[in-house]
Amino acid sequence: MSNWEILWSSRDVFLDGFYNTLQLFGISAVLAFLLGAALVFLLEGSRPRLRIPLRIFIDGMRMLPFLILAYLLYYGLPSAGIRMSAWYAGLTALVLYHGAYFAEILRGCRTTFAQGQVEAAIAQGFSLPGMFLRIILPQLILKTRGLMGNQLIILLKDTAFLVIITVRELTAAANSLSSTYFIPMEAFIVVIGFYWLISIGLEQFIKLIGRYGAKRGFENA
Amino acid sequence: MDSSAWGLLAYGAWTTAWISGISIAIGVILGLFVALLRVARIPVVHQVLGTYISLARATPLVTLVLFIFLTAPTMGLDINRNVAGIIALTLNTTAFNAEIWRSAFNNFSNEQREAALAIGMTPWVYFRRIMLPQITITSLPGLVNEMSFLIKGSPAVAVIGVVDLARVTNRISAVTYEPLPPILAAAAMYMVLISLLVWLQRLAERKANRLAV
Repeated sequence: MSNWEILWSSRDVFLDGFYNTLQLFGISAVLAFLLGAALVFLLEGSRPRLRIPLRIFIDGMRMLPFLILAYLLYYGLPSAGIRMSAWYAGLTALVLYHGAYFAEILRGCRTTFAQGQVEAAIAQGFSLPGMFLRIILPQLILKTRGLMGNQLIILLKDTAFLVIITVRELTAAANSLSSTYFIPMEAFIVVIGFYWLISIGLEQFIKLIGRYGAKRGFENA
Repeated sequence: MDSSAWGLLAYGAWTTAWISGISIAIGVILGLFVALLRVARIPVVHQVLGTYISLARATPLVTLVLFIFLTAPTMGLDINRNVAGIIALTLNTTAFNAEIWRSAFNNFSNEQREAALAIGMTPWVYFRRIMLPQITITSLPGLVNEMSFLIKGSPAVAVIGVVDLARVTNRISAVTYEPLPPILAAAAMYMVLISLLVWLQRLAERKANRLAV
């Protein structure tokens, strides 16, 4: 049996890993985006109360390697009495870490908006949450889509770190197959191909959002 | 944590620093060469490098580190963990640096080239004396940003057993049965290392802006 045939016969392992990586990526991307948007909303208004703690959180995350956060949640927290499985610890780390990055991207774009928009919306009787949801957030998403796309690819790549805290994802699949059958080259080529596929798909998705935005006339806003 | 734990942490920090440092140094220079080759648009080389950059940017560092460390022996190459880690980090950062250099090349004004050639400079003298000093300064903020990304990604080498600042926390907690203090200490050390780079980046940005005016 050639090496490729061995890999084909153990395709279930790859598909399991691929499914797990996609699941981690999908769930954490959505939750991290929501967290980022929520953080930016909390920074809304002329004098937000939580400004200083939120800045400390966002900047702190941006100075930390992702693996250290994962270590902290998986190995560190049990000694503080909080015990999570590797999968949940990994997911929480992804959401917290990338939520802070999303918040920073959105916040950077938010500061470039004209103040008049907010004043006009408030004068029209928008509540603060309604104004944020209807006026600020759609513009933020369309304007930052390039940076968001890059961040999503970084998120995808960070899921591979979770192999170190024993999550069974795509890289773990390649690692276990290569040690079982001793075919590292082929196993990793397949896995790198999978990652490449997901990031090419992401790039296309970002382009699609841009086209949707152009159709709705956001380029003129 | 006692003094031997702090000693181990310092050792881990040193490992992270030198592995990242070597990768950064090679990556910046190699990135410049890759960008030069890309700008020259040599038929086959251009496509090969384009594929390399696209692949290297999509591949997670952990996967790349494992790939290189496990594949090298099957091809008859005997490399140790540190070298495998440095190769993986370098391959990754070179791709990102090449894109930073390339965008600096593409934004460079053509008038300067025409003027330099008109007064009789050879292309090499023009590149060395006029283009390189300017694009170095304009791409410096991007390069420093990429350096801080590399340091944040460097714990990936822990997966093949290099005892860097992230992995050393496991080793300490294996002795003390208290994982929280070493992890927090390592986090603080990373923060110092990265905030140093962020400060450098701000400095570089100020210099680049002054030049742009």
